[in-house]
Amino acid sequence: MEYIVEIKDLSKDYETGFWRKKKARALDGLTLNVRPGQIFGFLGGNGAGKTTTIKILMSLLFPTEGSAKILGRDISDVSMHSRIGYCPENPYFYDYLTANELMDYFGQIFGYDAAKRKQLTDELLTAVGLEEKSRNRQLRKFSKGMQQRVGLAQALINDPEIVFLDEPMSGLDPVGRREIRELIVSLREKGKTVFMSTHILSDVEALCDEVAILRGGRLSATGSLSDLLSTGNEQRAFELLIGGVASEQMRNAVSGINGAEVLTKPAGTAIEVLNESDIDAAIVAARSCGGKIISINPVSLSLEDLFVAPKTSQTED
Amino acid sequence: MSNGPLHRIFVIALNTFREAIRDRVLYNLVLFVLLITASAILLGDLTDGHEARTIVNIGTNAMLLFGAFISIFVGVGLVSKEIEKRTVFAIFAKPVNRAEFIVGKYLGLCLTLLVNVAVMAVGVSLALLYVGSGTLAAGIWPTVYLIFLELCILTAVAILFSSFSTPALSALFTFCIFVIGHLSASLRELGNALGSAFAQYVLTAVYYLLPNLSMFSFRTEAANGMIPNGPMLLGGTAYAIVYIAILLTAAVIIFSRRNFK
Repeated sequence: MEYIVEIKDLSKDYETGFWRKKKARALDGLTLNVRPGQIFGFLGGNGAGKTTTIKILMSLLFPTEGSAKILGRDISDVSMHSRIGYCPENPYFYDYLTANELMDYFGQIFGYDAAKRKQLTDELLTAVGLEEKSRNRQLRKFSKGMQQRVGLAQALINDPEIVFLDEPMSGLDPVGRREIRELIVSLREKGKTVFMSTHILSDVEALCDEVAILRGGRLSATGSLSDLLSTGNEQRAFELLIGGVASEQMRNAVSGINGAEVLTKPAGTAIEVLNESDIDAAIVAARSCGGKIISINPVSLSLEDLFVAPKTSQTED
Repeated sequence: MSNGPLHRIFVIALNTFREAIRDRVLYNLVLFVLLITASAILLGDLTDGHEARTIVNIGTNAMLLFGAFISIFVGVGLVSKEIEKRTVFAIFAKPVNRAEFIVGKYLGLCLTLLVNVAVMAVGVSLALLYVGSGTLAAGIWPTVYLIFLELCILTAVAILFSSFSTPALSALFTFCIFVIGHLSASLRELGNALGSAFAQYVLTAVYYLLPNLSMFSFRTEAANGMIPNGPMLLGGTAYAIVYIAILLTAAVIIFSRRNFK
C-alpha cells in the first residue's frame, strides 16, 4: 500500500446563523496523502481546519465535497475502525468510570476476553505514564493531563495500524510531553503510522518525518520536513557574528555590500549577506573595524517561518 | 472473541445501565419503598378495609410516574449528553456504527427501567402480603409488565426527540406524547362525535400516529383484582415492539446524518 491515508478534494462547510443561514468553509479542497510507517505532522493555527479534517476521517463529520480513504477503505466504512486508533483533542470520557473500567469497556467493544483486556489495560496505562494508584479513580477526578494520557491509551487498545492524535501534547507537563514523544517514536519503531495534529513546532521538529501545513482551511505546504525547510534557496542568507565592534560602525563598513544588513544581537553584532560571494567582503569590512569573527552560519528557513508565512510548496506527487 | 453488532450493542447497553446506577437513578426506589411501606401501614385504617386495593392503586401509579420520569429525563439525555460531553468521539472512532449506539443506549435504559419496575413490583407484592392479600400480590405482575412496555415506548419517544432536538424541548415533547398517548383513544372518539369529516381525518391520523398508551393501562382494573388476559398482553407486546422499532429506526436515520462538531 503506497498511501495509508488518501484525502482527495475534501471540503467542509459549516452553517452559521439561525434565521439567515450562511455557509462558512472550514476546509477547502484538501488533497493529501500519507505514507505508512511514519509520523505525519498535521500543522496549522487555530481554526486552520486540522480538527475538522481528522473528524471527517473519523466519520464524526460528513464532508461537503471530496472523499478520503484510510487503509485503502472509504472513511464511511466503519469496520475499518478496528484497525485505527483516535485520541480526540482535549479528550473527555465517561466520568463515572475509572481509567481501568474505561479501558475494559473499549476492550469489550473490540471483543477481547477479560484476560486480554486486563493485560492491555495494564500495559497501555503504564506506557502512557498513568500511575497505578490513579487507575481506580473515577475519571471525573482526573486532571487534564491525566485525561490526555487515558485518551492516548484508549487509542492504542486495538493495536492500530494507524493512530490519529489530535493535539496529543495538550495539557501535558514537560515530563509528560517527553514521555508521550517517546511513546509516539516507539509506535513508529513498531511500524505504525502516526497522524498527529499540533501547533507545537518543537514537537514537530523532534518527531515528524513529513508534515502538512494548513492555512485557512487550505493546504499551504506538504512534504518532508527537510525538503520544506530547504526550499527557497534563493532567499537563504548567511550570518556573520562579529565581536568587539559597534553596530553603527559596522553599518558604515558594510554599506558597499549589496543587500547586507547589520543586526545587534546579545552575542555581538551580526551581518547578514544574501550571497555566499559576499561573505569575503563582509569579513574584510568587519576586520577593517577591528571586529573579531565569532561564527559564520547559513540562515535557513525555520519551521516557524513556514508556519507563520507559508509558501505553497508540494514535494509529494 | 465475539465482536458482532449484537455484542457491541450488549456492551453499550451494559455500560448505559452502569451509568444509570452510578448516577443514582435507582435512588427513586428508596422514595417508592417509603411510599409503599407508609401506604401498607397507614392506609388500612383510612380506607375501611380496602388497603390492598389502595396499595395496588398507589403502587402501580407510582411505578408508572417514577418510570415515566426516568424514561423522559434520562432518555432525553442518553444521546444529547454523549454529544455535549464529546464522549461519542472516542466511541465512533471504534468499529461502532450509529445504529448500534442508539439501540445499545436504548436497551441500557430499558434494562434500568426493568430493574426499577421489578424492584417496585416486589415492594408492592410484599406490602400486599403484609396486608394479607396474596392473590393480588401475584396478580399485579401482568399489569406491571404492561407498565414496563409503556415505559419502553416512552423511552423510544424520548430518544427519537433527542436525536434532533435539545434536551429541554425533547423532555417537553415526550411529556406531551405521554399525556396525549393516554388520551388518543378518546381523540378518535371525539373525531367521530364531532361530525366533521376533516376533524375525523385529523384526529384519526393523530390516533394512529401517536402511541396508544391507553392499551397498557390496567392499573385501576388490577386494583379491583382483575388480571389482563392473554390477547391483551400479546397484543400490547406486539404493538410495543412494532412501535419501538419504528421510533428507533427514525432515530437512527436522523442520528446517522448528524455532524459532531
